[in-house]
Amino acid sequence: MNTGLLVLAGALTGAVGPGISVLYATYGEVITEKAGRINLGIEGSMLMGACFGFAATVETGNVLVGVLAGALAGMALSLIHAYLVVFRNTNQLATGLAVTLFGAGVTAYAGRGYVGSSIGGLNPVAIPLLSELPMLGKALFRQDLLAYAAYALGPLLWAFLRYTRWGLSLRAVGENTSVAFAAGRNPARWQVAAIGAGGLLAGLGGAQLSLALTHSWTDGMTAGRGFIAVALVIFGMWSPVRAMIGAFLFGGAIGLQLQLQTIGAPISPFILDMFPYVITLAVLAVWTGAALRSMPEGLKGVLKGTI
Amino acid sequence: MRYRTGFKSTVRSLLVCALASLSLLLVTACGASAPAATAKPADVLPANTGPSAADLGGGSPTAFAKVFTDATAGSKARAASAYADAAKPRPAGQKLKVGFIFVGSQADLGYNQAAYEGSQWLERAQPDVQVLRAENIPETAEVQRVAEQMITQGASIIFATSYGYSGPIKQIASKYPGVVFLHQGDLETRENYGAFFGNIWQLEYAAGQVAGKMTKTNKLGFIAAFPIPQTLLNVNAYHLGARSVNPKVETTFVLTSDWCDPAKQTTAVRTMVDSGIDVFTEHQDCTKTIVEAAERSPNTFVTGYHQDASSAAPRAWLTGAAWNWGPIYSQLVGEIKAGTYKTSVIFGGLDAGFVKLAPLGKSVPPEVQAATLATVEGLRNGTIKPFTGPLKDQKGAVRITSGVVPPDAELQTIDWLLEGITGSLK
Repeated sequence: MNTGLLVLAGALTGAVGPGISVLYATYGEVITEKAGRINLGIEGSMLMGACFGFAATVETGNVLVGVLAGALAGMALSLIHAYLVVFRNTNQLATGLAVTLFGAGVTAYAGRGYVGSSIGGLNPVAIPLLSELPMLGKALFRQDLLAYAAYALGPLLWAFLRYTRWGLSLRAVGENTSVAFAAGRNPARWQVAAIGAGGLLAGLGGAQLSLALTHSWTDGMTAGRGFIAVALVIFGMWSPVRAMIGAFLFGGAIGLQLQLQTIGAPISPFILDMFPYVITLAVLAVWTGAALRSMPEGLKGVLKGTI
Repeated sequence: MRYRTGFKSTVRSLLVCALASLSLLLVTACGASAPAATAKPADVLPANTGPSAADLGGGSPTAFAKVFTDATAGSKARAASAYADAAKPRPAGQKLKVGFIFVGSQADLGYNQAAYEGSQWLERAQPDVQVLRAENIPETAEVQRVAEQMITQGASIIFATSYGYSGPIKQIASKYPGVVFLHQGDLETRENYGAFFGNIWQLEYAAGQVAGKMTKTNKLGFIAAFPIPQTLLNVNAYHLGARSVNPKVETTFVLTSDWCDPAKQTTAVRTMVDSGIDVFTEHQDCTKTIVEAAERSPNTFVTGYHQDASSAAPRAWLTGAAWNWGPIYSQLVGEIKAGTYKTSVIFGGLDAGFVKLAPLGKSVPPEVQAATLATVEGLRNGTIKPFTGPLKDQKGAVRITSGVVPPDAELQTIDWLLEGITGSLK
């Protein structure tokens, strides 16, 4: 195999690992924003998921309990955000940031005793035949269960939003609360549910990070991946399927820069380190026109700064 | 039909948010400086005696003492008795407060745990010392705030244990002329700011030998955070050790640009395993993730850094380089109390017991174990000098000429990688 292919294969293998947690958070933020709300507290929800998922796994010895605890912890934090923005009508951006800071503090404190703990964790399970495919097989089909669930969740969410009555209601609330209200939907209830579901998914993403990818908890371990998810929602134009491309591109950029370092490419590791963010920014810059058209109406006020 | 409430409640909710963030800050601050609940029971050592050979991991108490006397003799600074509050008499029963600031968690199986255990050693060795601790303090102006808070609480000696603290702490040192600041790893001093570190690269050389003997693919991986001189010295020593027993070895050097980002660490291990690397080591603050990732990866081994982490990888663990901070902290505090301390840059190696070899793993064959212990002995008594010229850099240029052995101080400023190491620094 020549060097180019080797680099690509390496980047692909590296893409899925760090991409999955971001993907879950992106799914969560898509649901939240489809209901016309934005949640910058998603980074905090990821931390909650990573921390409490890990702690629950250590305490019970059961990684599935950990996954569940992580998801619930992520949801619990996002419900604080939901209460404040939906019922107290606070500024969504400021509230989200405060919620993230709060989550960071809570997890740093609650997770202190677990930094050195070891867990069995979720390990990769190779899918027969598929995992033997050249290049892609190894990258995509030798992953943990949460990764496989994430592959399936994208199309499922897309179908949910597009073809089910619940999906329709959610989108209606996101487009125009008055119309949705007139049609018999309670916008507040739908938005709280959407933000809660978003936090649940972000919590799962955090749990994937601590339970499957790293088998470790360290405070602040999400390192801004929740904020990347917020950007990827715009990149994916509020589509869960396109969000998958975004998340793997982000993961791929991390994989690629480590791969390039490993083969000794004469490029500064510091420049390489900017890769994921440069790609995200570039994509935002190029796609924003198209993205604006697909943005839920209810979000436009927030993003234009009028609320 | 608007279900939203009015402006007043917006303001009210913003207040709630502000309060929430404030209380969060308080929680983190308190959480950070709260003393650990996990302190080991105190087996109190006799006060005012130097460390024993056992305390020094086999190092010599005489060599240990000599490192400090030489540093004092070579220093142009004033003695601590002239300015340090810690050297002044204290009312009976009042303890001397010493602050320790850590960049990470005390349970990281790595740098911070080693430093943390050193601070516990100090407390046991000197019962009249009360240690204040703060974990997870970033290398920003935040460390100034924490140090100042400790000084307000009465600390008159501050140990700033992370490399990146040097800039921020030097900025505030002159504001507190009665406080002695001690930095772990800096190469320069101020009036009341001294530094100390250990020649841990000696153990990296020994660990590199084990790695060189254990690798099947002749490819070693070194996962580092930033290309600081300490790190470059370590990777060069590791590579030299490996090459001394296996000339075919190549070492790949990868940077994660973070002292502790477990997700990046794991991705780095996976990427490197894919490229055929089968022995890992690292220069990160938290080491648990990489050590465990190596354990989970078949036919892959790991040598540790900072601390014995063999418990996390019973199969993959080979050996590692470990710190021995306790006696150093205790000696420094003792000298400051006595007023004899003069700020200087103190360095010690294996001979002085500043660093030690972490236990050898059960995967290492007995003859390799014996050879490693012999190498450690040779490094200790000076018969093995790894950085003896000629040594060439990555581009093949001779950087240390034939027969020359650079002094330790020069090694500590190394800014190039040896021939056979893959990796970029710029």
